[in-house]
Amino acid sequence: MRRFVDVAGAVWWRSVHNFISNPAFIAPSIIFPLFFFTAFAGGLSSVGDVPGFDYPAGYTAFQYCFVLLQASAFGGVFTGFGIASDFESGFARRLLLAAPNRLAILVGYLLTALTRASLVIVILTTVALLAGMQVSGGAVDLFGLLVLALLVSLTATLFSAGVAFRTRTIQAGPAMQMPVFLILFLAPVYVPVDLLAGWVETVAKINPVTPLIEAARGLLSGGETNAAPAFGIGIALVALFSIWAVRGLRRAEAAGG
Amino acid sequence: MSERAPISLAAQVGELARRSVMRTLRQPAQIVPPVIFPLFLLAINSSGLDAATKIPGFPSDSYVDFAMAFAFMQGAIFSMVNAGTDLARDVESGFLTRLALTPMRRAALLVGQLAGVLLVTFLAGVIYLLVGLIAGVTVATGGTGVIVLFLLASLIGLAFASLGAYIGLRFGSAEAVQGFFPLFFVSLFLSSASLPRDLIEQDWFRTIATYNPVSYLVEGVRSLFVIGWDGEALALGFGIAGLIALIGVTASASALRSRVVR
Repeated sequence: MRRFVDVAGAVWWRSVHNFISNPAFIAPSIIFPLFFFTAFAGGLSSVGDVPGFDYPAGYTAFQYCFVLLQASAFGGVFTGFGIASDFESGFARRLLLAAPNRLAILVGYLLTALTRASLVIVILTTVALLAGMQVSGGAVDLFGLLVLALLVSLTATLFSAGVAFRTRTIQAGPAMQMPVFLILFLAPVYVPVDLLAGWVETVAKINPVTPLIEAARGLLSGGETNAAPAFGIGIALVALFSIWAVRGLRRAEAAGG
Repeated sequence: MSERAPISLAAQVGELARRSVMRTLRQPAQIVPPVIFPLFLLAINSSGLDAATKIPGFPSDSYVDFAMAFAFMQGAIFSMVNAGTDLARDVESGFLTRLALTPMRRAALLVGQLAGVLLVTFLAGVIYLLVGLIAGVTVATGGTGVIVLFLLASLIGLAFASLGAYIGLRFGSAEAVQGFFPLFFVSLFLSSASLPRDLIEQDWFRTIATYNPVSYLVEGVRSLFVIGWDGEALALGFGIAGLIALIGVTASASALRSRVVR
């Protein structure tokens, strides 16, 4: 167990160090969520005046929840990029040889993604509060919101890790990024699901990300929200993609890194 | 032994434009994103923001009509990436250095490269319009408006492609060109691309959108779809696109002189 923790800790520390010390890695993780928040909450705020838009905390808070989950997900995708780069550089091959329990490598990367997501969440939340975002939810609601964001981060990381372990090349970046981008934007991004139109409304209603976003918005506004299904979906997605990632790791082991 | 006649500038441009088109067509990564990504965002935005048409004063009752300009602008941004990436690769691979040993004129390289990228941008624009028409888009200015639309879209494409060419030649790195992509993308989102400027509630955002030249490019294209013949919007669109193109081509030509030293 001690060795497991040592390996996970070493992978976590190395990846976090790389992330923090390299502007090319840290800047997109922080700038993109802030940019989306600025563009959506600032540029589209009059959408909050549309008849039928009845989110009590206002449009800034409405968009904050989407960008929070989006940033958490993309932190996971960027961690997947890091895994793929480690394979390309040959570092992961040496890591596989050295680690007594290779699951610890995956756990190390997951801890990296959670650290990354936490940093972005703090910055995004600070900016949103400075921009005048209303927060009506209580401490428990906000803790629930944070847990939802971290579940999304874990899901995206496990998905991207599974792709990275199978392909072992950074050229697979679009295969990690595009599905996450698509599933996030095929949810109620700009307006509640009832105000969507056309085929996106149909897709949004069956998109598993929709309940997560709706629960996040409910928790932030402190309204009556049944968030249990969202947490159930979040945990189920983590479990499902854990299998995907672990199987990918086994394939990487079989291929010799 | 008779000397071979020198190849005319037009033939040089044609050859390099053909090379530009062929290298783009051989790289799906340069074709698929400029076509698919704008259409995907068009679909998402037109469904997701359809409710915005209920805002009093919104100029159209169909958000997909309103959002068509966004697709054309994204196509122009991709032309920046393609032009810049191709020229940066030419620098990285030593193609420009070898070219300096030939009688090929510098202008032919730049014009040929930009012409090739513009052709791809034009074809992507045709696809946006066809998909839009299938989705029910109407062009308020009719058939003549479509011609003006492609003239303006081509000029905007040239403007962005020339900026990409400058970045590619100046930095000589495809990675640097890719690094500029988010900056251009941000300039699109911080414009009046999603809502008309007079309907943007936040003063600071409206101010940014007003000073952002991209707003006027968007509004020029959009006027053809949703407003009808709007002389001011078109004059601003053509004028600003022409100015950016002039700056971009001049800067690219200067950077090319530094790169191709004979």
